[in-house]
Amino acid sequence: MANTRGAAVKYDGVQKSYDGETLVVKNLNLDIPPGEFLTMLGPSGSGKTTCLMMLAGFEPATHGEIFLNDRPINNVPPHKRGIGMVFQNYALFPHMTVAENLAFPLQVRGVGKADQSEKVQRALEMVELGAFGNRRPAQLSGGQQQRVAVARALVFDPELVLMDEPLGALDKQLREQMQYEIKHIHENLGVTVVYVTHDQTEALTMSDRVAVFNDGIIQQLSTPDDLYEDPQNSFVAQFIGENNKLNGKVIGVQGEECLVELDDGTQLKADRVNVSAVGDKTTVSLRPERVEFDTNTSMDNLVNGQIEELIYLGDHIRVRMNVAGNKEFIVKVRNRGEKRKLNVGETVQVGWALNDCKALDAVV
Amino acid sequence: MSDTTAGQVLTTKDGKPLKAALARALRREKLRSLALIAPLLIFVLLTFVAPIVDMLFRSVENSIVEDTLPRTVVALREWDPASGQVPDEEVFAALYGDLVVAVEEKKHTRLGSRLNYEESGISSLFRKTGRRVNRMDEAGPFKEQFIDADDKWDEIGTWQVLRQFSPPYTDGYFLNAFDAQRTADGIELKPEDERIYMLLFGRTLFLSIVITVSCLLLGYPIAFLLAALPLRSSNLLMILVLLPFWTSLLVRTSAWKVLLQQQGVINDFLVWTGLISDASRLVMINNQTGTIIAMTHILLPFMILPLYSVMKTISPTYVRAAKSLGANDWTAFWRVYFPQSVPGIGAGAVLVFILSIGYYITPELVGGTSGIFISNRIAYHISSSLNWGLAAALGTLLLVAVMVLFVVYDKIVGIDNVKLG
Repeated sequence: MANTRGAAVKYDGVQKSYDGETLVVKNLNLDIPPGEFLTMLGPSGSGKTTCLMMLAGFEPATHGEIFLNDRPINNVPPHKRGIGMVFQNYALFPHMTVAENLAFPLQVRGVGKADQSEKVQRALEMVELGAFGNRRPAQLSGGQQQRVAVARALVFDPELVLMDEPLGALDKQLREQMQYEIKHIHENLGVTVVYVTHDQTEALTMSDRVAVFNDGIIQQLSTPDDLYEDPQNSFVAQFIGENNKLNGKVIGVQGEECLVELDDGTQLKADRVNVSAVGDKTTVSLRPERVEFDTNTSMDNLVNGQIEELIYLGDHIRVRMNVAGNKEFIVKVRNRGEKRKLNVGETVQVGWALNDCKALDAVV
Repeated sequence: MSDTTAGQVLTTKDGKPLKAALARALRREKLRSLALIAPLLIFVLLTFVAPIVDMLFRSVENSIVEDTLPRTVVALREWDPASGQVPDEEVFAALYGDLVVAVEEKKHTRLGSRLNYEESGISSLFRKTGRRVNRMDEAGPFKEQFIDADDKWDEIGTWQVLRQFSPPYTDGYFLNAFDAQRTADGIELKPEDERIYMLLFGRTLFLSIVITVSCLLLGYPIAFLLAALPLRSSNLLMILVLLPFWTSLLVRTSAWKVLLQQQGVINDFLVWTGLISDASRLVMINNQTGTIIAMTHILLPFMILPLYSVMKTISPTYVRAAKSLGANDWTAFWRVYFPQSVPGIGAGAVLVFILSIGYYITPELVGGTSGIFISNRIAYHISSSLNWGLAAALGTLLLVAVMVLFVVYDKIVGIDNVKLG
């Protein structure tokens, strides 16, 4: 990011409680370097939105300090933080035209009239709505309103932009298109973006780094590919992408590898991620697309299973199998056209590499 | 598929015009919904619209003179009021004939009271003459006998009134309502000390505006609070707002009497604290202050409820968005929240204003003489002076004034900008 003009954000030991009895955010420590696109991802109630609202200044932190460019901002009111924000339902002012909406942050900052209209026009053109300045928000489609909201959050050149599930109200196709657009705007402007979503695809597509929230704690903070390839615990493995769970017990440890005995006695070699010693209960996580039907003896793990169901999805075929007592074992087979025919009820051998299956903390 | 080209009439398969077919298909629906509202419609027509139309009609209706004195009315047509002479024997003869019948039917006193509204003294004139008319010599001459019975028959003014109000329709009530009268020189305003209704109209308008504004000033923060609080506490507050509705209007108004009178609670308290001396107790009731205070209190819920229902729909994210864009609390409120609450202000203001402009009981009880409204005068004419025509004329004026204001409001604010929730 060569032309970075973003701000650095730092959460230092931040805690938040609404009722004084339970912590919604438990000890959050997070460093966001200038210009980064960071996504807070998690299910509802995981504390991600609260973290964003504390950064925006709408919720006070119960404990700890938040820094913006090394300046503590706990006591700075929201309107003096200079942070752009895109809200879930856009929050475009219905009584103002699009241009007036965009001019609002400039007016309250005392920007001159000529400067205002120039900046407004530039921001509108950035989101390809140059001709829509005189419309009311209600006259725009959902996608257009979304763009106006983004333009309004950027028009006063903030160093940091917060987005609170901004694409939640759009249909799938529009959502995907907007993901790329927001991504490109971020790349062109170099602002720091903190993005909140519960949609993992959105998080993987757009982010430099993703912070996976659950239960008020960051479960894992890594780049999207790391998150998918190397989940640090069962929650992350299940939340990001599709995942086969096999429950068992560690019966041998050797460096970074371990031997797991599943509940039905099958033994697997797995990557030792989140188990420490022999006897630990574990859940082995395995991505459906890493399982092969074309087995050979050099594979680390070879298991027999019965095909329960075949679902044709065009580009791939989902095969639901009964493997080691797990009837929800999914295998994704790419549709190459020449594949040998799979039949329901057939028992076949499947295999996968040691590195593709991770021994994580046990889930009940 | 460009069947809809201009000028071409779309038809159904059997060749009938599509529009007619559609109308026929929907007719059953329409008739059914009409049947559903018919009972209410009939009820409203019979009990509301019809009496009001009848009442308003009385403001111009004036057949009593023609009905009671038919021959006199005809005979008077020949008479020239500008001549300076009382009418001749022929008119008096006709009057005699009419009065004999009227006295028999006991209708002459009613006519007397009717004409007394226009010129005082006529009521007693008709009473007196009524007693004498049977003793008059049937052979005449009648002019002397009438003047002998009462000198007023020799006055040209009496005959002018009689002639002026002989047509079946009159603008007299309306002239009266406008504080005007018809003289020999045409229509002109009454002498200054006799003008009353325009003053009352003006006061009614002024006080209604003051009441509306004070309702708005007091109600807006409460509605804001109601809309902002969590549901549990706002429900409790809402009950407090609605509490006055469950108390009788008379009780509430009387309570204000207890509070506001010179020996009342507030004055006693102020004297006790030493803020005012015993000699200079505040006069807060039986004047405009009393009317304003009591009516603001009574009409406050009508302001709060529409405001609340509109504010409830304003998402708090708007204010948050404004703040995140750099607006301080006041700017966020004034530029973003307030404009969105204007429809509620419009609805509340129209409601309170229209209710207060026609209010009657409270001004009657706490208004004294300087705090009464035009409706008190209308009530007086309906129930005490029995001058229903004037009451109807005043009522019509009030109705027209409200409608004019409504149109003005529509022009300035826009009626579609009024929202009740």
